[in-house]
Amino acid sequence: MTFRARHLLGIDHLSPPEIVTLLDLAEDYVALNRRTVKHADALAGMTQINMFFENSTRTQASFELAGKRLGADVMNMAVAHSSVKKGETLIDTALTLNAMQPDLLVVRHPQSGAVNLLADKVNCAVINAGDGRHEHPTQALLDALTIRRAKGRLHRLTIAICGDIANSRVARSNLLLLGKMENRLRLVGPATLMPAGAGEMGVELFEDMRAGLRGADVVMMLRLQKERMDGGFIPSEREYFHRFGLDAEKLACAAPDAIVMHPGPMNRGVEIDGTIADDINRSVIQDQVEMGVAVRMAALDLLARNLRAERGRAAAGVMV
Amino acid sequence: MTATLFINARLIDPEAQTDAPGSLLVRDSVIEGIDAEAPEGAAVIDCNGRALAPGLIDWGVKIGEPGERHKESFRSAGLAAAAGGVTTIVARPDTMPPIDTPESLEFVTRRAADAPVNIRHMAALTKAREGREMVEIGFLTDAGAVAFTDGVRQVTDTRILSRCMTYARGLGALIVGHPQDAGLSRGAAATSGKFASIYGIPAVSPMAEVIGLDRDLSLVAMTGCRWHADQITTARALPALHRARDAGLDVTAGISIHHLTLNEFDVGDYRTFFRFTPPLRSEDDRQAMVQAVADGVIDVIASFHTPQDEESKRLPFEAAAPGAVGLQTLLPAAMRLYHQGGLTLPQLWRAMSLNPAKRLGLPGGRLSVGAPADLVLFDPDAPFVLDRFTLLSKSKNTPFDGARMEGRVLGTWVGGRRVFGGHA
Repeated sequence: MTFRARHLLGIDHLSPPEIVTLLDLAEDYVALNRRTVKHADALAGMTQINMFFENSTRTQASFELAGKRLGADVMNMAVAHSSVKKGETLIDTALTLNAMQPDLLVVRHPQSGAVNLLADKVNCAVINAGDGRHEHPTQALLDALTIRRAKGRLHRLTIAICGDIANSRVARSNLLLLGKMENRLRLVGPATLMPAGAGEMGVELFEDMRAGLRGADVVMMLRLQKERMDGGFIPSEREYFHRFGLDAEKLACAAPDAIVMHPGPMNRGVEIDGTIADDINRSVIQDQVEMGVAVRMAALDLLARNLRAERGRAAAGVMV
Repeated sequence: MTATLFINARLIDPEAQTDAPGSLLVRDSVIEGIDAEAPEGAAVIDCNGRALAPGLIDWGVKIGEPGERHKESFRSAGLAAAAGGVTTIVARPDTMPPIDTPESLEFVTRRAADAPVNIRHMAALTKAREGREMVEIGFLTDAGAVAFTDGVRQVTDTRILSRCMTYARGLGALIVGHPQDAGLSRGAAATSGKFASIYGIPAVSPMAEVIGLDRDLSLVAMTGCRWHADQITTARALPALHRARDAGLDVTAGISIHHLTLNEFDVGDYRTFFRFTPPLRSEDDRQAMVQAVADGVIDVIASFHTPQDEESKRLPFEAAAPGAVGLQTLLPAAMRLYHQGGLTLPQLWRAMSLNPAKRLGLPGGRLSVGAPADLVLFDPDAPFVLDRFTLLSKSKNTPFDGARMEGRVLGTWVGGRRVFGGHA
């Protein structure tokens, strides 16, 4: 098996073969998820804890379903409302949980690098469900699976990532993944929403959305992260929509068969016109949600296999 | 089709930096030729050796619409401009309410049709000029805003200003800064020194300007935006300007005609018509700034026309509103610099016409074929004593009331149409 990682903390650590292995396994789970009886036993007997230090509905639900369909005992901890408020540090929370012997820990945290810090302190496998402005690996993987299924390949595509890139962990993970798979990447957005040093990331930068979309195979819209803005990145939502909102006229600059993606939740009329989001011939936004569960099942499955193998070696006294 | 030939003129060409006799042919709204043959039936204007130059482009004029129409309207400002040889007014957005939305810009654009001269508009840089959120720079640019400024209010939050600059860079928009440190300048009505101390006027060191300029230039270096300093008035700020240019920053600077012709002592016995923002400087600074204009370090001279009603000025010095009207006195005041030998007419016109046009992307400011026939005919030597009540502006707050001046406008043309002066 090519997938060797102990944790899934980011795309940065994955090799192209590991990515392909995970996506191939996810394809199997897509099929499973479309059946009426959706149970598998890859995680039977294992405990999965979802710790969300930041509010989430869709990602948490997706991970919860993924774990339950694979037979794990899943517990959701809404950390945002509990021990953190009482003053416990992140590491103490991690140690407390670790003492309960979980096998899989799914963590979202508002600060970049927090999930890596936590992963160092626990004995189980950790999946990063989004840390600050850093990474959101399962989102990039589900985007990759969606693209591969829609376009038939995951390489040599022109992909435009548009909007609030500076504040987006989705953009960073996608840049890493799609870059590793040898695609032509473009970033489109106002300079205030471009990360510093974007020019050195091996991508093309556009402040004119029409030019940035020209000939693109994939148009990936990002949510305007209002909650992550401390004010003043853009003058108004209406000017933002005028310059960077995806509407039919701007989409016409892309390739005729270009697909439209959005990690959700959408701000209709801010970064995307509702009619584009709902256009079943162009929008794959609902597919992304479906692929999300399958990709997370694959990730949980692969990490569980590695965890079992590691514990087996440890029990047999093999040096690792 | 109408053609007009100006003969026996002293042509002031700020592009070629020449001051030479010649004739100029205007057809319809544009300049068609220099020293060209007149077509059949052309009207002839004999300039009698007087100076003919591109009309002045006055960058930074306050007009009281909306909000203070009793101080100035587009109509009254336009008439004053025409009488002063100003063919393009670049209006400030610090009205009540400020010009900070495409809708308010559309309003003033419509109102400006009342004026007999060209009017262009600047928009505010932040909403309500509060320094918190940037305006819709994209929409406002599309609606015709030529630059963005909060006027004399500095955006004190550097993070917000840096975002404004970064966003503006993407649209190629020009930001006009007022580089005076807000903290040091608070409440100041004069430049600190012996004069202000003896008279007990709250004062500020010119260092406030150096601090403000250094700060803004650092942000320009960081963001790469196009930037213009509204007024640089002290020699101590010039090295920073030189460094910025040497570093390749897209930076220009202006100064008011009042800072070039008056100094701190002119305030005299608490004369409120001499209260300006920034305050009048020392004579050393004034002379240094005249030299800086001659050297091209300071790009733009403007009147910073700021109409104030009598009640706003009939107050103790430090409580009086700052600013002076200037549309009609810009040219004769500039003639002081010419007659004192500090600046030639082509140098003055470079700063009062060509450079503002270039910086703001306007078509005027040139005496070249194809340029709009925005022209001023004037006698640089004609003397007069200014009576402020003869000014056409609704407000009469000029520091030159009763002053002996030289330089009289004889005629003003906008797009080939005469808007001032019945005979040459």
